[in-house]
Amino acid sequence: MNLKNKNVVDYLLQLGDDRLILGHRLSEWCGHAPILEEDIALANIAQDCLGQATFFLNAAAEEIGNGKTTDDLAYLRNPNQFKNLLIMELPKGDFAFTIFRQFLVDNYTFLLYQQLQNSKHNQIANIAQKSLKEVKYHLRHSSEWVLRLGDGTEISHEKSQNALNELWAYTNELFNENEIEKKLAEENIAIESFKLKNEWLDKVTQHLKTATLKILENKEENIFNGRSGKHTEHLDHLLSEMQIVVRAYPGAKW
Amino acid sequence: MTAEENKNDQWELWEVFLQGKTGEAHIHAGSLRAADKEMALQNARDVYSRREKFENIWVVKSKDIIASTQKDNDSFFGTVEDKIYRHPQFYKLPDGMKNEFKK
Repeated sequence: MNLKNKNVVDYLLQLGDDRLILGHRLSEWCGHAPILEEDIALANIAQDCLGQATFFLNAAAEEIGNGKTTDDLAYLRNPNQFKNLLIMELPKGDFAFTIFRQFLVDNYTFLLYQQLQNSKHNQIANIAQKSLKEVKYHLRHSSEWVLRLGDGTEISHEKSQNALNELWAYTNELFNENEIEKKLAEENIAIESFKLKNEWLDKVTQHLKTATLKILENKEENIFNGRSGKHTEHLDHLLSEMQIVVRAYPGAKW
Repeated sequence: MTAEENKNDQWELWEVFLQGKTGEAHIHAGSLRAADKEMALQNARDVYSRREKFENIWVVKSKDIIASTQKDNDSFFGTVEDKIYRHPQFYKLPDGMKNEFKK
């Protein structure tokens, strides 16, 4: 693989892993959501995320060539080879935690895909374009819940504020500068995510304010960095569950 | 929490109607629970419209639907079958007309 090709592969893995890991976390709600209707809604969103992950990892496998498959990338990589942001891998927590993570990530993904529609890389542009419709709905779903939970009862407000406080420290990472994005942005393939920060912050802040919630100031930088493969232990546990069948029965078919 | 309180804590029940194409009638798809109309619309989308493409969704609070009761049945529908002259099959066509239709 030449360097340009390697950068594109890494970028596709970033995009794909974010959706794969978040989708898996969401799927953990299946059968456990507070009410039936929400159970179906979360499972729908999980499926959308996994679908988007499939598109990106598929494109990555094609760039790699040599018979590499989408499944190889999803099921046979180790934690340090995953490039997802840390916020995606945190345990699902309570319903408030899940909803607030979705809200913060949906806003980010919406802005990101909006830009990526204009990527010079055809597949990236196509995936972003068709996924944007789904993300738009995800954002509507999580935004509504943020209002209800934040500005709901005393208990829902408290749980929302706690979830937000815990998650906020992980939002710095969404906008870290990153060599691969920088290189590919020069060729109009990628977009540098730090450029999305102001718009993201405006939208998120305004909505959280309406939901009567407060944003903490981010004081410390997180020492982990998902994009370079340095993850929390939570990813190990997630992957061992997600990959167990494929690893225990190599090449199994049904 | 007592059973009675619990019952009051249930979100409202809504009925969902889906329209397949513009101009078609909305057809009852089922019901769901939701706290308000936006949630009802989103839940209807998630629960009932995920496997087919639809044009439009209606949600309406179940309690706002006025339904007839069993005891209305006699006076509402009981005599329908007696009024056979309300069906076109009741009328005999003149032979000439029949031939016209056959063409």
